[in-house]
Amino acid sequence: MKKTKRRMKRSWDDRSFDLAANGFLFFIVVIVFYPLWFVLMASFSNPVYVNSGDALLLPKGFTLTGYKKVMNDFRIWRGYANTLIYVAGGMLLGTCMTVMAGFAASRKDVFGNTVLKKAFLFTMYFGGGTIPTYMVIQKLGLLDTRILMCILGSFSTYNMIVTRSFMESSIPEELYDAATIDGCGIGNYFLKVVLPLSKAIIAVMVLYIAVGHWNSYFDAMLYLVDEKKEPLQLYLRQVLVASQAKAGEASAADMALAQEMRDAAAVIKYAIIVVSTVPILCFYPFVQKYFVKGVMIGAVKG
Amino acid sequence: MRKRWSKKAILKSWKKNWLVYVFWLPAVVYIAVLCYAPMYGVQIAFRNYRIADGFFGSEWVGLKWFRKFFDSPRFWLILKNTLTVSLYSLVVGFPAPVFLALAMNNIKNLKYKKFAQTITYMPHFISTVVLVGMMHVMFSPRSGVVNTILSWIGLSGNYFFMGEPRYYIHMYVWSGIWQDMGWNSIIYMAALAGTDQSLHEAARIDGANKWQRMWNIDLPGIMPIICIMLIMQFGNIMSVGYEKVYLMQNALNSRQSEVISTYVYKIGLLKREYSYSTAIGLFNSVINFGMVISMNKVIKKISGNGLW
Repeated sequence: MKKTKRRMKRSWDDRSFDLAANGFLFFIVVIVFYPLWFVLMASFSNPVYVNSGDALLLPKGFTLTGYKKVMNDFRIWRGYANTLIYVAGGMLLGTCMTVMAGFAASRKDVFGNTVLKKAFLFTMYFGGGTIPTYMVIQKLGLLDTRILMCILGSFSTYNMIVTRSFMESSIPEELYDAATIDGCGIGNYFLKVVLPLSKAIIAVMVLYIAVGHWNSYFDAMLYLVDEKKEPLQLYLRQVLVASQAKAGEASAADMALAQEMRDAAAVIKYAIIVVSTVPILCFYPFVQKYFVKGVMIGAVKG
Repeated sequence: MRKRWSKKAILKSWKKNWLVYVFWLPAVVYIAVLCYAPMYGVQIAFRNYRIADGFFGSEWVGLKWFRKFFDSPRFWLILKNTLTVSLYSLVVGFPAPVFLALAMNNIKNLKYKKFAQTITYMPHFISTVVLVGMMHVMFSPRSGVVNTILSWIGLSGNYFFMGEPRYYIHMYVWSGIWQDMGWNSIIYMAALAGTDQSLHEAARIDGANKWQRMWNIDLPGIMPIICIMLIMQFGNIMSVGYEKVYLMQNALNSRQSEVISTYVYKIGLLKREYSYSTAIGLFNSVINFGMVISMNKVIKKISGNGLW
């Protein structure tokens, strides 16, 4: 009798835990999902219903006005094209640099490797800062160039360390010994053994760099002058954010009023958000495991 | 660990491994040009840099710019803002992914778990610009969703969340949590998956309920990771990124939102006071570096192996 009572108590405690955990998780999922869903839904709805709160869960007054406006806005497409160029260039450059350096860092018994690794590590924690970097880039004559937009942010020491950790932990050193005994040089070893075995980490790097380039706006804001070269995010900033903040020295009430008038145009904003974000979000569930893998490998080595 | 290199060993290494340096080359060029060259250029923080005088021709002024910064009334304001934003983010943002991971770990239905993970990781991939843009439309006064919902429960529904200074910091911190909570939980999920399942088995037989098992098995299991993450966050306490702050700034909230990195940008590239801006940036970098180094020492003491 006593035993069943205790078991009942335990199952009640377990159930309260399940309830709390599931409730919390459900709450979080809703909180995270709803804004995404709302934007998608609002982009198809009549702005009147969106503003009045009649279209909070499902689209109402289906319309494609927002998307039509977006279609006709050539700056979006130009931004898109530019971003694609920068993403492709950065991906190619960055992945090559990262994988090559990661491989080099994973080699043992190389004179100078320890010093080089330390020199790279140092850059993770210390830098010259905005102005000196700007001046270096200016000196090199790279201001306002497309190539700069590809280069910037394509390499990071963190990515290199993750790549190195992957290679050290998943490619046994015996393979190298065996390969070199058979007369295979380091170059061939890299091409024929390391690269095929590192597909997973290469995928991780390609994705990290691509997302980073897709999402960055600040470098473009700093270093680009020519509007023709602006990436998508920079234009988005102008449409989504700057128009809101540029009320000058207006009072809160004025700003609120101005805001309201702009809300009429909100449907375009929803459409722009969808158009600019959907490629990444659609693509992402398929490659999620690679991203997660990257975090895990990174975590092992800090 | 340190290896002594004899001349012969160097020669042998070179013969065998010279190609390794070729592999290093592109990354070394990148780092040299974009990280080390600017570090060399940081000396303009101690000079009175004028374009006409050139880089080395500019007069050496010692710590003048640092003094100017410490004496300016802005200094304390910016320092306070930077620390407030960091600490607030740390206090509420740090436990969130831990809770999320613990809750996620309890789910037995694999499909639901996968779904929850996919959803909660998603915002991480939204760009800062889009995030702030979404906040502008959703939190706008009267017509934004949030205000609409607030008006249903009897509030005025006219809160200007994105404009009024007093809301700024909450908007900043909570949107950050929204965006990265899921992503940051990955590492704890991994640690939880690595805890010894036989402990759970044994505890269940001994009559421990799920609360007790979480408290006595799961939490101690991920404690090392929690400590390391916490210490790392502490190391970053003085570095608040400019990207999001800059987007969320407006004429009204600049007293609350200005942090060191945005101030550096404004002084340097908008006002063109190169030396002053570099000095402020250098001050920040040095503090950050010191923090990271000392936090690494702490980690080494606790866990036996540091980050490097």
